[in-house]
Amino acid sequence: MSAYIVKRFLLMILTLVGMSIIIFVLLRLMPGNIADIMFDSAGFVDPEEKANIERELGLDQPIPVQYFEWIRGLIVWDLGFSYVSEMPVVDELQPRIPITAKLAALSLFFSVLFGLPLGVISAVRQNSAMDYILRCISLSGLSLPSFWLALLILMAFVQYAGSIPIYMDPPDNLWDELLLYSIPAAAVGFRSSALIMRLTRSSMLEVMRQDYIRTARSKGATDNSVNYHHALKNAVLPVTTIIGIEAAFLIGGLIITETVFNIPGVAHFLVEAILMRDYPIVQNLVMLIALVTVLINFLVDMLYAVLDPRIKYAD
Amino acid sequence: MGYPLRAAAFGLGVAMLAGYAGTALAQKDGGVLKFYHRGTPPSGSIHEEATNSTVAPYMGVFNNLVMYRQDVAKNSLDTIVPDLAESWSWNGDGTELTFKLRQGVQWHDGKPFTAADVKCTWDLVLGNSKPKLRKNPRKSWYKNLEEITTNGDHEATFHLKRPQPAFVALLASGYSPVYPCHVPPKKMRTAPIGTGPFKFVSLKQNEHVKFTKNENYWKEGKPHLDGHEWTIIKSRSTRVLAFIAGEFDMTFNVDVTIPLLKDIKSQAPNAVCELVTTNVSANLIVNQDNPPFDNADVRKAMVLTIDRQAFIDILGHGEYQRGGAMMPPPSGVWGMPPEFLKTVAGYNPDVEANRAEARKIMEGLGYGPDNRLKIKVSTRNIAVYRDPAVILIDHLKHIYIDGELDTVETSNWHAKVARKDYMVGMNLTGAGVDDPDANFYENYSCGSQRNYTGYCKEEMEALFEKQSMMTDQEERKKLIWEIDKKLQEDAARPMIYHIKSAQCWQPYVKGFVTHVNSIYNNWRLEDVWLDK
Repeated sequence: MSAYIVKRFLLMILTLVGMSIIIFVLLRLMPGNIADIMFDSAGFVDPEEKANIERELGLDQPIPVQYFEWIRGLIVWDLGFSYVSEMPVVDELQPRIPITAKLAALSLFFSVLFGLPLGVISAVRQNSAMDYILRCISLSGLSLPSFWLALLILMAFVQYAGSIPIYMDPPDNLWDELLLYSIPAAAVGFRSSALIMRLTRSSMLEVMRQDYIRTARSKGATDNSVNYHHALKNAVLPVTTIIGIEAAFLIGGLIITETVFNIPGVAHFLVEAILMRDYPIVQNLVMLIALVTVLINFLVDMLYAVLDPRIKYAD
Repeated sequence: MGYPLRAAAFGLGVAMLAGYAGTALAQKDGGVLKFYHRGTPPSGSIHEEATNSTVAPYMGVFNNLVMYRQDVAKNSLDTIVPDLAESWSWNGDGTELTFKLRQGVQWHDGKPFTAADVKCTWDLVLGNSKPKLRKNPRKSWYKNLEEITTNGDHEATFHLKRPQPAFVALLASGYSPVYPCHVPPKKMRTAPIGTGPFKFVSLKQNEHVKFTKNENYWKEGKPHLDGHEWTIIKSRSTRVLAFIAGEFDMTFNVDVTIPLLKDIKSQAPNAVCELVTTNVSANLIVNQDNPPFDNADVRKAMVLTIDRQAFIDILGHGEYQRGGAMMPPPSGVWGMPPEFLKTVAGYNPDVEANRAEARKIMEGLGYGPDNRLKIKVSTRNIAVYRDPAVILIDHLKHIYIDGELDTVETSNWHAKVARKDYMVGMNLTGAGVDDPDANFYENYSCGSQRNYTGYCKEEMEALFEKQSMMTDQEERKKLIWEIDKKLQEDAARPMIYHIKSAQCWQPYVKGFVTHVNSIYNNWRLEDVWLDK
């Protein structure tokens, strides 16, 4: 097991190095140059002033030099300065990361909280009215674009409550924070919960047709024991994979949600930074997202062994 | 004056005084004015930007030498009042403009304001100082400025190369604040310091910009507000809903489109909304360096096929205005009046006749139903640019031109246009000052960085100079109409329509006046107060 972990760890580092090269190259292949973009708000581009800006930002250096300078900075935790705000990247990212992390965690929590039990109920009561209703809900969750759902929620609040649940100021306490994030988290978690629900249902139905479930029933085990102890435990393995993937994908869903609910997290910030070609912000943030994704994948792999004793990682 | 007349005059005077005092007494101090903002301002340095994203929030940080009266909607030479200058005077030949400066004014960091700061500011704009601006979008405004000299701490003189009576209009714009000598340009971008009624507090990208009251402001009793805050909300639907829900006291600078105005009026009937002319115009840009557009006849045919009323009806719900380079009356001071406008080629309301003439021109050049000209119509990928571009493509079809829409990522637009990497484009132009000296030199003069089409004619340069030197403003106006007519007929940058947009605020916001011929000059906010 320990050899496997070391191997996976080394593979993680290799993946991240590869990611860093891809991020760096892709950013520079994108049409548009930060100096040009900075001039956009002035309505013209002056070649001399543009050259000065490029020199000031180190963009006149050869690409490999720029890359190694960035990697050196990453190693010594010097992430550089945002081209746009001229603030240290760390200062720009630090307050935003926890916001997105909390929102993502809450979204994931909602999607598991609703998706898993409702998937089980749907499977256990297959072809009942309840099953049809839940399948309709899950289908709508998969087909409703999250930005549209978010806007509908906001419009409903304004129309019926006379207020709007968007981020205006940092919340004062944990309860306010929970209230503030719960609506956007529900909006973004709806799609994931629908996915989890459908997968749980199909996985449960498959498991419930297995011989060992029939055996358990013939031994006189209660419905609850069969459904939750024998079936769910085996059905949850593919669901775990999906939850892991969804956690990584959440950042995409959060871009829209953060924009509509005006939440100052990193997802919306990343899009703005990409549009502005703010290389230091984009490079470091995408690396962070890559790191989180790789770590989640690693944790999911480890979780397989915990959930299913038949899985062993050979040394 | 007889007794009854004297008595009446006295009575009127007392009534006016009482009315004025009543207004003054009614003003309440305190409260923070809350706006929403459409996006993070690119920087806090007004001299380096050409966007109301910066001017609107930051104008209150600064003072100008002179400014447009904040309480008069229409900017003109007659509405210019002293600001940091107590008075100004011209020398005999109109080439020296001397300002007597206020004494005892302090920068927000406590240092005294002097004439040296005035010199530093315009040396920076002219590019004559060691510290440099990163971007300098209004250098062309000051091409007639030779130098600035000071006489002691409280007198500064602008030396012009030739007479320019409207020079003072440029200085009155929200785009012309006085900067402190002792603060480097980088700091002015991130944490600007001024002498104005509000001090900069903080800017957080995608979150907010905050300003607080300058307790040592040199204008006694002002500002009334404790501060103003701008919450950045990129999603237009969200920010308008938030205004309707009462989260904000005021919308961003003319951010409300005509369809949205209808929504606000129905959902927040108490909100005060004004639909105003903005001095922002939609125009056609044609790259005159590239064939076949180097041929004036092709450009003329394109001008003739434009049905301006269709744009106005479709996009502006009939509210937008037709006009030339200068904003049309009644809001604009210098624009061509309707009867004059009809004489300009392409402005004849008989669109079919115009198009028949245009087709004839194109056929003469070898184009026709079997030999259509294929072009790309480039524009910024945002609705206000994209929508008119689509209509333009439809209009071009009538004269054997097949346009393909080429949407450009918004932040790359000006770079692409500046590189002249386009054939035909749909563009928007905002005028900082409703004066031909700003507009002509910025957009139509040879060598100007914002002259996107590269239009350059010696004859027109001479006319620009001539109008600029004229002292009789009525005579000047007539010459300007002729220049504008020529610009339209030359397809220098044919104007399609002038935009109207709305500004809304809650009924308890008082003392704010929207300006009708510029969206850049009414953001000092020192007279605004909250009746709460």
